[in-house]
Amino acid sequence: MLWIAWRILVGDTAKYLGMIIGVAFASLLIAQQASIFCGLMRLTVSQILDVEGAAIWVMDPDVQFVDDIKPLSENELLRVRGVEGVRWAVRFFKGLGRARLAEGEYQQVVLLGLDDATLVGAPQTILLGSLDDLRQPDAVMMDRRGFERLWPGEPLSVGKTFEMNDRRAVIVGVCESRRTFQTFPVVYTRYSQATMFAPHERKLLSFILVQNEPNVDADALCRRITQQTGLQALTRNGFIWKTIFYYLRQTGIPVNFGITVLLGFIVGVAIAGQTFYLFAVENARQYATLKALGLSDARVVVMILQQAVVVGLIGYSIGVGGAAIFGLLIQNRSKLAFFMPWQVLLGTGIAVLVIVLAVSVLSVRRVIVMEPAEVFK
Amino acid sequence: MTMAVPQGEGLAVVCRAVTKEFRQGSVIVRALRGVDVEVRMGELTLLMGPSGCGKTTLLSVMAGILDPTSGSINVLGSDIERLTSRQKTAFRMKNIGFVFQMHNLLPALSAMENTAVPLLIARRPRNAALAAARQLLEGVGLGERVDALPSRLSGGEQQRVAIARALVHRPRLLVCDEPTSALDAKSGHAIMQQLRDIAVEPDRAVVVVTHDPRVIEFADRIATMDDGRITDVRETKA
Repeated sequence: MLWIAWRILVGDTAKYLGMIIGVAFASLLIAQQASIFCGLMRLTVSQILDVEGAAIWVMDPDVQFVDDIKPLSENELLRVRGVEGVRWAVRFFKGLGRARLAEGEYQQVVLLGLDDATLVGAPQTILLGSLDDLRQPDAVMMDRRGFERLWPGEPLSVGKTFEMNDRRAVIVGVCESRRTFQTFPVVYTRYSQATMFAPHERKLLSFILVQNEPNVDADALCRRITQQTGLQALTRNGFIWKTIFYYLRQTGIPVNFGITVLLGFIVGVAIAGQTFYLFAVENARQYATLKALGLSDARVVVMILQQAVVVGLIGYSIGVGGAAIFGLLIQNRSKLAFFMPWQVLLGTGIAVLVIVLAVSVLSVRRVIVMEPAEVFK
Repeated sequence: MTMAVPQGEGLAVVCRAVTKEFRQGSVIVRALRGVDVEVRMGELTLLMGPSGCGKTTLLSVMAGILDPTSGSINVLGSDIERLTSRQKTAFRMKNIGFVFQMHNLLPALSAMENTAVPLLIARRPRNAALAAARQLLEGVGLGERVDALPSRLSGGEQQRVAIARALVHRPRLLVCDEPTSALDAKSGHAIMQQLRDIAVEPDRAVVVVTHDPRVIEFADRIATMDDGRITDVRETKA
């Protein structure tokens, strides 16, 4: 009978396509908006993601997200190094600097200071120059987007100079880094150099990057560091989520995107629901005939569910496929953030499932309450 | 299954004091007002009468797709008013064939596929069901049109497919509701002839609801209804 359900479904081409378009549109809207939302959220944590090699971030207890800098004293570094299970702990500076270009223009930049000895937190992809060049006096490395923004139209090059805090900075390399939420150029330098580029303050240590001993659990070590130092210690993943939750709580971003996703869901229910219900109503006589001929209600329900699932699957595939193609097309061509993790696919799938089930319930009810005797009317 | 009504020799359907009431808002419509009638095996019985006299309601009750308000109905030895909904569904699937006024073919299925539907409902393998359907369609002269969709068939051809569908699972009771009313006289005559030729068998009863006097010649017995009651039953020489 499933074969007959399929034939009934595709037999009415206009409604079949209408239902698929409804579900596909809802899937597209939900997946696309959710992916843009995820992309935006990823921007907020891009600098945590860019710092590889350290399992734990240690910071002031009141820090709420990665850009919420509350500097520590140098003594805290020594205290953290004294905690059992810490393999190594290094300084990490993060702040905003103001670059004064040769032409006299000013540009705000994200300034990252890496531990002088180890350069932990250095960019992973270097397009021009080498990491060792950072050890030179006044040396900085800039991300590609920042370079293109400061010197538009010029080829990537080393040797350019600018000033920060009245100190000369020389670009010794260009690297690739993730886009940031503020979109400022990212400047990497040594910690000691960064403290000179940054406006002077008594305390300048933004974060302490920590690696645990191989046999020590990172979460357990975080708890131990907090217990012994009173500082906030988070795994890299924990810090990512803390930052994301901060933006979720404190900004209207999730509400705005949530409304769009909800609209997509409602539109999907409305279009697909109405079309599917009309489809069921118009095919009611066919179902009444089948019931008269001896088809049980249970099998009728299975047929309708099968039709709904087929429509849902095809519509979902088209929708998320369209969203993925949209993401591919805008990649590197637009400033729009787009990130489609598997959770977006799963969430969209669940939303579509809810749509088709809701739609099926309406149709099933319409067909089940129908008396087979209606075939004689 | 119970046997409340004594089953006479060769009786397919026995109705005793059957009533059926419908509620339309605050008004109660009495479609059947105590019907007593019998349908014999191996015969074609016509149920005749003016529009609204209760013919189709009685046919629906006999076929187990409508529950009577009161009275007893024994169909093929089963008191169907006592069966559960699920049992009635299974009973219809096994024992009853339907021919509808408007054919009620599934528009997305070919003639052969439509004919095979009762076998598919009975969970027969698809290939076997289609093979049986093809054979029956050849029997009603539609061997060349097995793959045609209903929209490509004439009214007469559609009704022949409907007859094939009604017989494909070899039911013991065939109920037909106005099978000729949507057809011209010639096609209607041909359909009745076909019903007479292939449907009427010693172990099968055929009940045809009609108000078309031209089909009387095909009947073995004619039950006339008026205002929800059987007013006359007479034998003919078909």
